Amino acid sequence: MSAFKILEYVAWGISLVLGLWMFIDMVKTNRAYSEEFLTSSKEGEIRDALVIDPPHQGGHL
Amino acid sequence: MSQTTAVHGEKISLLRVLGPGHIWALGVGIVLVGEYMGWNFAVGKGGALAALIACWFAGLLYTCVAMIDSEVTSTVAAAGGQYAQAKHIVGPVMAFNVGLYLVFAYTMLEAANAITLGYLVQTVGTMAGFEDVHDKPFIVLTIVFLAWLNYRGVYATLTFNLVLTAIAFVAVIILFAAVKPWSHELLKHGDLLTGLPYGMLGVLASLHFGLWYYLGIEGTCQAAEEVRSPARSLPMGTMTGIITLLLAATMTWYICAGLMPWEYLGQAVTPLFDAARLTESQPLMVLLFIGTCFSTMASANGCINDASRAWFSMGRDRYLPTWFGAVHPTNRTPFRSIMFLVPVAVVFAYFAPLDQVITFSILSGLLGYTYMSFNVIMFRTKWPLDSIKRGYVHPFHPIPAIVLLLLCSLTYFAVFLGYGTQLVAMMVFFAVASLWFHFHRYKFVRRGDQFTMDWPRPQGY
Repeated sequence: MSAFKILEYVAWGISLVLGLWMFIDMVKTNRAYSEEFLTSSKEGEIRDALVIDPPHQGGHL
Repeated sequence: MSQTTAVHGEKISLLRVLGPGHIWALGVGIVLVGEYMGWNFAVGKGGALAALIACWFAGLLYTCVAMIDSEVTSTVAAAGGQYAQAKHIVGPVMAFNVGLYLVFAYTMLEAANAITLGYLVQTVGTMAGFEDVHDKPFIVLTIVFLAWLNYRGVYATLTFNLVLTAIAFVAVIILFAAVKPWSHELLKHGDLLTGLPYGMLGVLASLHFGLWYYLGIEGTCQAAEEVRSPARSLPMGTMTGIITLLLAATMTWYICAGLMPWEYLGQAVTPLFDAARLTESQPLMVLLFIGTCFSTMASANGCINDASRAWFSMGRDRYLPTWFGAVHPTNRTPFRSIMFLVPVAVVFAYFAPLDQVITFSILSGLLGYTYMSFNVIMFRTKWPLDSIKRGYVHPFHPIPAIVLLLLCSLTYFAVFLGYGTQLVAMMVFFAVASLWFHFHRYKFVRRGDQFTMDWPRPQGY
């Protein structure tokens, strides 16, 4: 098997792992939170008063 | 570094972390690949001078787009960009169509970029002496990896784009300096510019691919709900983006038209890389190959970002199933929309020919630009300058809108010359989709909820 063929298999492998990672995370997220919460984003609310987002909620310190 | 976002008890929103640099990277990142490849098919249609006319023509068209878009989006700062603008200014059927234009334009462009990146890797494999090399694994990897990055968070995604785009842009500048534009040592414009081989009809036909120099710059406003200061950052990012692209387009034409005869340039796959090869400089060849790969990846990355925001916004307003309007609680991204569009992009990248994919992307973009011309006229009529505050006011209204409409009409004719069937098929598709939305889907929309701007009642209503 040529080095390029191995590279092709590596590309397929990474694609599969990342695709599965996203899919499993999506399923877990869907189960862990209510649908009402996940779809609670409203257009225009970005104009409201801001608070510092804690790191565990997706912020970066 | 601290970042801010809106967290309201049990509600969740996209993360507001982006600055003007990210907006620049989103707009220019999507487009810059057009300088590395694609624009030169305009040369094939009408010669190098026709491609220059197309470059200026499209530059004028997109300057109008950027000015109009900057004004409207500095006021309607919402994810979904032009879709949200159409919803507030024109009406639901227009908004639904604009949402579809956006998703089509960006998903097709993403597929085209993935095909190109796969082709580049395949070419490297072939040049290295390997036999039976395939592009498909790298096409799929490009789409899935970038979707994963988008899924994980917008800050890392667009910072990644900023790095890729900056390197690709600097590569064009370095190549421009390396060919010594002040001398005739390498550049032979005097010998290579041979007039208009197909006359004015060739100029008209070249307008189609002239759009490739700038297609996608309007995508900056998709980040409206994730940027820290939308009224300031969106116009700044968009206007600096179009200035960057005007410079890059002019430099690209000048380099390539001075190094290659139009018969070759008009069908070259990677014209800037070919220009670097003609300089016989190994470091330049490596740099421009990296620039080609980076610009392609940045474009696909920005397209995933923009298509998913448009799809997400339509889901949030119930124009599509609300399931798509979900935000990831940790990553703060529209994760379901990102996931949903992955197989769509893979199918197009895997099975559709590149020129068809590009044409569908251009057509969707063109439909969007046509809408923008009368959208801004309606905006100014319904809400005059003194009625609501704008972050940016574009000059000479309504001249940019009229110019944009005229240029779009000419470009439709240019597209019709080469891809008439696709143009008609696309119009039929959007007509059927509009009927479906009007007679079936719109009854699910909560009409009051979709209008979120605290604007005064429009004049005449």
